[in-house]
Amino acid sequence: MLEIKNLHVKLEDDDTVILKGVNLNLEPGKVHAIMGPNGSGKSTLSYVLSGRDGYEVTEGEAWLDGVNILDLEPEERAAAGLFLAFQYPVEIPGVSNMTFLRTAVNAQRKARGEEEMNSTEFLKLIRERAKTLDIDADMLKRPINVGFSGGEKKRNEILQMAMLEPRMCILDETDSGLDVDAMKLVAKGVNALRDPNRAFLVITHYQRLLDHIEPDVVHIMSDGRIIKTGGPELAIEVEKNGYADIKAEVA
Amino acid sequence: MALTQAKLDATEARLAAMDAPAQGAGWLAQARGGAVARLREMGLPGRRDEYWKFTRPDSLIAPEAPRAAVFEIDEAPMFDEFDRLKLVFVDGVFDPDSSDDPSLAGVEIERLSDVADTDIHWARDLYGVLEARGQSPVARPLAALNTGYAKDGFLIRVTGRAERPISLIYRHETDSSDAILHHVVRLEEGAELTLLENGPAAARFNKVLEVDIADGARFNHIRAQGRDHERRAATHIFARLGAESVFKSFTMSVNGVMTRNECVIELTGDDAVAHVAGAAMGDGDFHHDDTVFVTHDAERCESRQVFKKVLRNGAVGVFQGKILVKDGAQKTDGYQISQSLLLDDDSQFLAKPELEIYADDVACSHGSTTGAIDADTLYYLRSRGVPEAEATDLLVLSFLAQAVEEIEDEALREAITARLDAWLARRRG
Repeated sequence: MLEIKNLHVKLEDDDTVILKGVNLNLEPGKVHAIMGPNGSGKSTLSYVLSGRDGYEVTEGEAWLDGVNILDLEPEERAAAGLFLAFQYPVEIPGVSNMTFLRTAVNAQRKARGEEEMNSTEFLKLIRERAKTLDIDADMLKRPINVGFSGGEKKRNEILQMAMLEPRMCILDETDSGLDVDAMKLVAKGVNALRDPNRAFLVITHYQRLLDHIEPDVVHIMSDGRIIKTGGPELAIEVEKNGYADIKAEVA
Repeated sequence: MALTQAKLDATEARLAAMDAPAQGAGWLAQARGGAVARLREMGLPGRRDEYWKFTRPDSLIAPEAPRAAVFEIDEAPMFDEFDRLKLVFVDGVFDPDSSDDPSLAGVEIERLSDVADTDIHWARDLYGVLEARGQSPVARPLAALNTGYAKDGFLIRVTGRAERPISLIYRHETDSSDAILHHVVRLEEGAELTLLENGPAAARFNKVLEVDIADGARFNHIRAQGRDHERRAATHIFARLGAESVFKSFTMSVNGVMTRNECVIELTGDDAVAHVAGAAMGDGDFHHDDTVFVTHDAERCESRQVFKKVLRNGAVGVFQGKILVKDGAQKTDGYQISQSLLLDDDSQFLAKPELEIYADDVACSHGSTTGAIDADTLYYLRSRGVPEAEATDLLVLSFLAQAVEEIEDEALREAITARLDAWLARRRG
């Protein structure tokens, strides 16, 4: 589904090179996890894929269903089916969650040449999907993420994902700042979206999220490269021994 | 202080171009005569005046109004969905045929042009009186001109709780209209009124609203300034607040090449509350000036000024806001914020926040900021599939929301937001 080939990325403003040749092939129906120490480039990978400013791709491609998404604007990538659940969702006062989501859903539909969703359909769908994530009507009416707790913000990200129905979902450290109960709720939301036609890339420091969202493939990233790939057992190994062993083994 | 020759000439040229309202011995004629005398003493504003440093008064004082095309738009009139008493003016003249019968339980409504010889004691004590009080310490000559020459407007006395809002609708139908309207509102003790105003009014509009709010009374004011592109307006609100009274005023402005909205508030009774807010969006040759002067002259009063402007393509926004706390106005709570969102490098925002405090136990704060769209926030919206132009407009609404939220009534708040949203959507095409 998403094929990342030899991706090299540096910061736009200086010569700092962050990604040094990342290769990943994310298949439909599969959950891939990327683990790695701080500064290994995990979050940068998610930003570059979703089109954030400030990075320069010096080499490589990222093909989503036959399109190199690195050539697209962020909104075009979203319409093409890419979604990033942010590590730090942004607070936007004065715009209700509901208004925002409806704008986003319909903007994507319009971009794909589909019919826009009317407000009755939209309301019905959002209520149903919000329920799974324990999001009440009041939270939908509130301004985007304003005054939300860490758990509410992350659940809100998953709600957006559920409403936008992307084919390629990237979760950037969705577990950060969450207690166990909040994490379970988020994981439940994510698992409900697992589907043979959808691929997931879960970025995390810790194995604990992967107890709840079970990955098919685990990659270890270090210094801008994937240094090791394996099954779920790789995550357990990291939890037990840390990254140092793997780095040493690869070096 | 003697006026400069240039100022004298400009003032006399303007006065020569006016047709004076009927003279007489009645109270109204006297009030008008007094205003004209005041005006001659202070002269019309000039470009060198400190209070007009950021806004060129030329087009507002010229003997003839610059023309303004009538803007045709296929959109339901503002406030159309609200149950209200409609009073319609066309190019500054009351049009009874388009209006409701001006009667409302708990409210006395008199047309200014009908009262010349009638002794309406309450209006006699207010017409031009609050305006005259507001001439110090800063002169507001356009308001004196208004008092002297306004032929139309309403005198509204509220004795109870008005069951529905009074809605003043200002239609603009002639390219060259030059309208002067003067309204007076008196809220008796414990009375309540919501006043709505909307429409471009005229090619050039000079309006004064004097509001006297007795103890425990509440006055709500929501204004949507018409969006005719070339219109010009100089408006003044003079409000005097009694003890435990409440004054809340919100203005939305989109378009208009020249707008100067002055709001002069005097808190004269203890525990009174005055909030004034504005949300303005301008494009191109838009010039929008909010000038506010709040005087605290009683204890434990609260005043709040919240002004937001979104400017692009060379539009100019001005804010001059002052809080004056007089000796003895202890426990004053004064707040003022003015912010602009500049969507490009050509636009500018000029702000002059001022505090002058003579009491020692007060909490006053003021702030002013100028900024651009936040890149991270824009990226967040775009990453959800919202195209850049639409995402920017969502952030424009987000920015203005803090001012719009000053409107107490939820339905009115939503109506204003919907207008701002529609304006942005139309502009996007």
